Amino acid sequence: MKDNKPKVKSISYAKWGYIFIIPFFLVYFIFTFYPQVLTFYNSFFENFRDGLTQIGPRFVGFDNYKALLTPSDSGTIDILKYFGNTIIMWIMGAVPQFVIALLLAVFFTNTRLNIKGQGIMKTVIYMPNLIMASAFSMLFYTLFSNVGPIKPLLVQTGIIDQSFDFFFTTISVRGLVATLNFLMWFGNTTILLMAGIQAIDESLFESARLDGASSTRVFFNITMPLLKPIFVYTFITSMIGGLQMFDVPSVLTNAKGTPNRTVMTVIMYLNNYLGGSNNYGMAGAISVILFIVTAILSIIVFKTIDRDKG
Amino acid sequence: MNKKNKIASIQLTLLRILVYAVIILLCFLCLFFFVMLIINASRTNNQLQRGFTLIPGGHFIYNFKNAFTDSSIQIPRGMVNSFIVAAGSAICTTYFSALTAYGIYVYNFKLKKLAYTFIIAVMMIPTQVSAVGFVQLAYKYGLNNKLWVLIVPSIAAPAVFFYMYQYLKATLPLDIVEASRIDGSSEFVTFNKIVLPIMKPAIAVQMIFSFVAAWNNYFLPALLLTSSDKKTVPIMIAQLRSADYSKFDMGKVYMFILLAILPVIVVYIFLSKSIIKGVTSGSVKG
Repeated sequence: MKDNKPKVKSISYAKWGYIFIIPFFLVYFIFTFYPQVLTFYNSFFENFRDGLTQIGPRFVGFDNYKALLTPSDSGTIDILKYFGNTIIMWIMGAVPQFVIALLLAVFFTNTRLNIKGQGIMKTVIYMPNLIMASAFSMLFYTLFSNVGPIKPLLVQTGIIDQSFDFFFTTISVRGLVATLNFLMWFGNTTILLMAGIQAIDESLFESARLDGASSTRVFFNITMPLLKPIFVYTFITSMIGGLQMFDVPSVLTNAKGTPNRTVMTVIMYLNNYLGGSNNYGMAGAISVILFIVTAILSIIVFKTIDRDKG
Repeated sequence: MNKKNKIASIQLTLLRILVYAVIILLCFLCLFFFVMLIINASRTNNQLQRGFTLIPGGHFIYNFKNAFTDSSIQIPRGMVNSFIVAAGSAICTTYFSALTAYGIYVYNFKLKKLAYTFIIAVMMIPTQVSAVGFVQLAYKYGLNNKLWVLIVPSIAAPAVFFYMYQYLKATLPLDIVEASRIDGSSEFVTFNKIVLPIMKPAIAVQMIFSFVAAWNNYFLPALLLTSSDKKTVPIMIAQLRSADYSKFDMGKVYMFILLAILPVIVVYIFLSKSIIKGVTSGSVKG
């Protein structure tokens, strides 16, 4: 804004500003904002299809939220269970993802190590990020299923038993989801953290080295503190993305979250209400809860970045 | 001192070997599954049942024909649909984001600050939050099974706007706009003929990303596209999973998966450099 010198008399062009931004805002309000409002609105209504009969819409206040937070017959609160599943699977993938990305970023940017072939390595590790998640998951399913090629190999080498089924064991399905998420995202994180480290003033590393600081000390006392805003940003966006986990667990378990719904994520739960019975009320309530959680996380991001800037 | 240096240099060499080993292992992990996919896509169902080998089966064309002419999973139809949605979204999202960014960056108007703040504020809202209302509206007005319903919303993409805005701030001298005004060009022509070419690198990068995102998108299309001639590729892949698996020709299944990811891989092979550059320039600046 400050670049606009007064002599430009930009005020006379003001209407063009409005004209240029109208398509964006028009589309945003019709196709995103209005549906969002409807989602909130729906969450206070009973509105679903039972076979061929349409139930509602009927105003029910907070009943949908109450229903979501009421324990089922087995004593578990489904939505909390699914949040738990989602977070567990996110952590299982994110921990190795961030550890390895951080290590790679530090190694790649270390001038003394002088790692060659970085271009091709980055190209290879980033590639899985662009692969269709549902196709990647389907590939994993075909490879790890009972008729796939990997199980016989593992049985032969004695690692697993013939009776073992990758898709009937909680830990292995969650493990496959986490592996897929790890593979798809560690390259992306590496590249982001690398850019963060490269933005740090090189002379800081130089002088630390001249003072005889060890690599570990340089890492903990210079790299990490200065990388923190970008690290937090990538970490929280990864968590927000993790909460929206859907394609991978859905395709791996055929939308069922098997075994025993231990792989069911929040969005799969939402999808079940939305796809099967068009239950806009319950789906709306789940969306609102997801929105609140995401909003809190986003505020944390902005706060952290702002504080470190100022 | 000399000895100390020697030890340090040996340590460095050892560390270097270790680092290369780790990186090669990770690269292997990234490529292994795709190599397996390509090999398996070239083997017949019988060959596949005999277990895994590293030798391609030589029936690549056979599987390709089988997959392409399958009557229940119409993959060519799916690829055309996916392409329409992905290309349409990529064009809409980049052009209108650039236009909006330009509008807010270059002109001074009352609601400028508000418009900017609004877009940044809504950037983090997950798309799933609007999905419930969106699906409801689409069914209410009979717009499910219409591909354009998936394209038009991409006109308003806050994250792409933000990227374009940053790019303009870094690259567009306002003198150029002024000079073009003096030459008598209208504001709209200035944007299309002068500003867009300057923004080409940013547009190219965002086009690739939005194309890929739309090509891979599964959640919303699966809720809306129910008629078989409108389905996109990810929906068909998920359908493979829910079909009775034991009856399937596995060579064909691998070929379906390969066809689903191949277009993106081909694009990536040619444009990986600018794509990787785009990864960092898009998000870190914030």
